[in-house]
Amino acid sequence: MTDFNEIKETLVNLDVQGLIRLVNEALEKSTPAADILNNGLIAGMDIVGEKMENEDMFIPEVLMAAQAMSQCVEILKPLMTDGESVTSGTAIIGTVKGDLHDIGKNLVSMMMESAGMEVHNLGVDIAPEDFVAQIKEKNAKIVCLSALLTTTMPMMKQTIDAIVEAGLRDQVKIMVGGAPVTQAFADEIGADGFAPDAGSASKLAKNLAA
Amino acid sequence: MFEVIGERINTSRKLVQAAVADRDAAYIIEDVKKQQTAGANYIDINAGARIGHEEEDMKWLIDTIQPIATVPLTLDSPDPAILEMAFLRVKKTPMINSISLEKDRFDTMMPFLQGKECKIIALCMDDSGMPAASENIVNRAITLVEELKKIGIPTASIYIDPLVQPISTDVNKGMMVLDAVRAIKTHFPEVHITGGLSNISYGLPQRKIINRTFVSLMMTAGMDSAIIDPLDSKIMATIRTADMLLGKDNFCMEYLKGVRAGMIES
Repeated sequence: MTDFNEIKETLVNLDVQGLIRLVNEALEKSTPAADILNNGLIAGMDIVGEKMENEDMFIPEVLMAAQAMSQCVEILKPLMTDGESVTSGTAIIGTVKGDLHDIGKNLVSMMMESAGMEVHNLGVDIAPEDFVAQIKEKNAKIVCLSALLTTTMPMMKQTIDAIVEAGLRDQVKIMVGGAPVTQAFADEIGADGFAPDAGSASKLAKNLAA
Repeated sequence: MFEVIGERINTSRKLVQAAVADRDAAYIIEDVKKQQTAGANYIDINAGARIGHEEEDMKWLIDTIQPIATVPLTLDSPDPAILEMAFLRVKKTPMINSISLEKDRFDTMMPFLQGKECKIIALCMDDSGMPAASENIVNRAITLVEELKKIGIPTASIYIDPLVQPISTDVNKGMMVLDAVRAIKTHFPEVHITGGLSNISYGLPQRKIINRTFVSLMMTAGMDSAIIDPLDSKIMATIRTADMLLGKDNFCMEYLKGVRAGMIES
């Protein structure tokens, strides 16, 4: 039997070589790749996300964990059958029009990917009509809007309004975040959720996608 | 000497926003006086957070602060119409925060700045986003200085903000900006270097020690101004001490004054 707890702990402890060894050992024991991914790696990243939320782990450590995880995913991917989708929900994420900041948004994107979601990172300065087009094209269920400036926060509302106008509001959950954004602002503009950091954002996205 | 731009009067800060909404002049006056006592060389005013109220809030803040201001104001808005109104209201030559190479910002700010006497903060930002390498910062700074010179703004009135980025997501971001500042100062010895510092420590614990260490490194490279909270006495003490160590404090007078005033402790 593969000890998924050991995989989780090794990931949380940022022991990259140890993690790769454990993943290979699990495969030798015929543990299904999808189980290793879901019960080991993704479950481990959930712990990393929680620790980030509680400030027990910090961004450089989270980045290192995500990098370790993606090295393991590269090992697992070829062994997964088509039916075993790697992802648990499709999301699009971008910084709203007029705003060019991307560090926080990229962290959220990375954490959501590590949580097992299919994430399309659209980049910065994304116009409302482009969010609408991408929801259709990617068949997204989750839309994440980022803004770092008080001057671009109103663009979040305009983006949500555009999604409503396009008749897509019922098929997506909308999350907002960024330094000046608050829960009260999220409620005011009709978003479904707000998260203050990348760890809680990926948890929220998973809950909203479920 | 190093110039501190006091960042506290910003309506995105909760208590300031409440004071502005309630027109609580006493709170604002008290805060500005504290910043001045702590050594602020400029008082930044940003009234952007109460969406739809920027013009009236800016007007009220200037009228409230100006009678007790002993230092010039930094008018902080992306909106030239607001800045135009603010510019006409201030008595001391103000600093404007800010212009950048983002097309919309640049095209609206240039006509505003033309023919005005002011200091200007120029951000090394363009439509492609944050600078990714040292050369990007330097090239953007050169373009900004040259464009501003064309409309008659002297180099010594320009404060380049090289845009400090977090070390937590890329350990090279410290050296990237330090190298850029050295290169910009080589091109334009008279230009000032300013900016926020706290981005450097984003995502890490015990941020203030990072910010303090970083400001002294940046000062060695040529930074001579920063947009900070002057009530953070430790960073202010670091800045004064670094100024002395860099030979900018004749006979160590400012340092000694700071020690005697209880503002610098080891």
